Amino acid sequence: MEYVISVMLSGISVGGQYALIAIGYTLVYGILRLINFAHGDVFMVAGLMGIYFTATLPIGVALPLVIILTVVLGFTIERAAYKPLRSAPRMSVMISAIGVSYLLQNTATYVTGGQPMTYPDLRLLSNTVNVAGTQTKWVVIVTPFLVLILVFALTLLINKTKVGMAMRAVSKDFETSRLMGVRINRVISATFIVGSALAAVGSILFFTNYPAITPTAGAMPGLKAFVAAVFGGIGSIPGAVIGAFLIGICETIIKGLPSSWDVSVFSDAFTFALLIIILIFKPQGLFGEAATDKV
Amino acid sequence: MEKKKRSFSALICVAVLLLFVVFLENLSAIFPQVPQVFMPTSPLFTVLKKAAVYSLVAVSMNLLNGFTGLFSLGQAGFMLLGAYTYAILTVPTAMKDQVYYLFEGCAFDFSLVDMFGGIFGSEGAGGAFSMVLGCLVALILAGAVAGFFAYLIGIPVLRLKSDYLAIATLGFAEILRAIFQWQKLGKITNGANMIKGFPTFSSFNITNSSGVEVLRLSTFVPFLISSICITVIVLLINSSYGRAFKSIRDDEVAAEAMGVSLFKHKMLSFVISSFFAGVGGALFAMYVANAQAKAFTSVMTYEILLIVVIGGIGSVSGSVLATFLYVACSEWWLRFLDSEQYIGSFKVPLLRNGFRMVVFSVVIMIIVLFFSQGIMGNHEINLGALIDKITRRSKRSERKQ
Repeated sequence: MEYVISVMLSGISVGGQYALIAIGYTLVYGILRLINFAHGDVFMVAGLMGIYFTATLPIGVALPLVIILTVVLGFTIERAAYKPLRSAPRMSVMISAIGVSYLLQNTATYVTGGQPMTYPDLRLLSNTVNVAGTQTKWVVIVTPFLVLILVFALTLLINKTKVGMAMRAVSKDFETSRLMGVRINRVISATFIVGSALAAVGSILFFTNYPAITPTAGAMPGLKAFVAAVFGGIGSIPGAVIGAFLIGICETIIKGLPSSWDVSVFSDAFTFALLIIILIFKPQGLFGEAATDKV
Repeated sequence: MEKKKRSFSALICVAVLLLFVVFLENLSAIFPQVPQVFMPTSPLFTVLKKAAVYSLVAVSMNLLNGFTGLFSLGQAGFMLLGAYTYAILTVPTAMKDQVYYLFEGCAFDFSLVDMFGGIFGSEGAGGAFSMVLGCLVALILAGAVAGFFAYLIGIPVLRLKSDYLAIATLGFAEILRAIFQWQKLGKITNGANMIKGFPTFSSFNITNSSGVEVLRLSTFVPFLISSICITVIVLLINSSYGRAFKSIRDDEVAAEAMGVSLFKHKMLSFVISSFFAGVGGALFAMYVANAQAKAFTSVMTYEILLIVVIGGIGSVSGSVLATFLYVACSEWWLRFLDSEQYIGSFKVPLLRNGFRMVVFSVVIMIIVLFFSQGIMGNHEINLGALIDKITRRSKRSERKQ
């Protein structure tokens, strides 16, 4: 029983961390129809910045700084690598995203010297707590609540503010909203800013519970978060969050299965199998709108 | 007639290139005093071998992405299938226990090389012949296995649109990687450990009875196999099937209206591309002398995709050219960026391990952003026409004299 509780707890927390990344994917895909392959690497860079800043600055300064710089990074990537290709075919933008991902990984290897880096002890989050007889870190407890609060705030932003309205308009119809006077570039930048900020928060939560950060540490969580976004229906925020929780929980259950079965190598593969199944049977995902192609 | 003549001269060009490679590799045996670059241990030959292997994979990816317009990111997965098929089929029976020692031997006690050795003898010329034949059959089977799995996964995923197809094929490659690392399959795949001991490129070097190398062919072999495969791909692209592929790329709806069966042609392109990716994977295993699932990550696919982009999406010669440039830069010419350098007594800043790849990826980003056509765009280097031009010019100058 205790074992089940501990697996469920960590599953929910991993799911919450994926959710924060998945929102970034789903927002960007909703607006630009672009799989932002670099998003996972932005997440990794945020983790590395967390390590470097907490080593020299007090936590109260370091963590906000991490979030701000990640936002700057996301914004710069959009302006430098995606904006010039606005009218190019979608494949070129995706290739550019892959290029950015390659650049970020190589830069991270250069800066860290290729050594795996361990995340510092963030006093509050790393301390252990006893829940229903199982020892777990505070971060596991905090994550789901924080995720829910952030998602709630994001839903407010999208439904109640002018920027949010513009985002919805652009994701519905790019060209028309441009003709109606929506400043496309501002909206896109805002999307990247929101996505990167959430990824930064996600990275703080994810890596406190993770043994070490390597330059490729962002790729897998990034892809999984993307699968979560597809699972929930790309463009839908509640969908992405539910998808992420499901994937997080399933993954932890697979990892927690008896070691004699030796199936833990499939924890990543499971996500992709799920993706292929979803794409075949329900390509629009759980909450996505079915798109019809006009000739 | 003109076309036939051109393809004939292109064929001669390739033959000359192959002969040149043999010559280059044996230069040090003929003239022992050649500069360090031509020694067998020089990075030149590493680059040539690796580039020959990668160019096949890049061209196979270009067939899919550039000529059929299917954005697939599963290349590393099919390479993995090819590499493992080749490795499992060619590890000599005597080596199996040693390679699979963690799993107490391999599940099937059989090796193509030994099988042919049993027919043609395993010593001397017969042994060489059976090794070459065994490798050849294993290479073809490597492609066939990759193609077969491509067919299976193609049935569901080829219905998907551009970026969904990309992510589904990427996912498929990751699933394959997990399966091949599964310890339960250890008797076949050797789990997460590498398979080694199979014939590699250097096995093709011809030695005399006392073990001294007479003729080095280790660079020639990948060149030969890659050029045959690339020639087949070029012939396919220039056939009516190739035209159907291009019509799908340019406009699916119009192609369908003109009677091109979308699914059939997409599947054909996907399976053929994967077949050659499988052969490329087997060649890659021969190049690194081991097969290990860990090597075939999505980063490898990205690398090949970037090569295709640099060469120009939709240009076979561009892909080949870009591969050689890319591999030469990453393995040789830019190596100096990875260690500290001094100009006089001035220490050049920033240079340390990893800097090469940073410079490299910045250059790639510049190409992707500002030169999206790549080196060749969708044009080809027309070897035949090139020769035509040269011969015509020399004839003209003869006439003048």
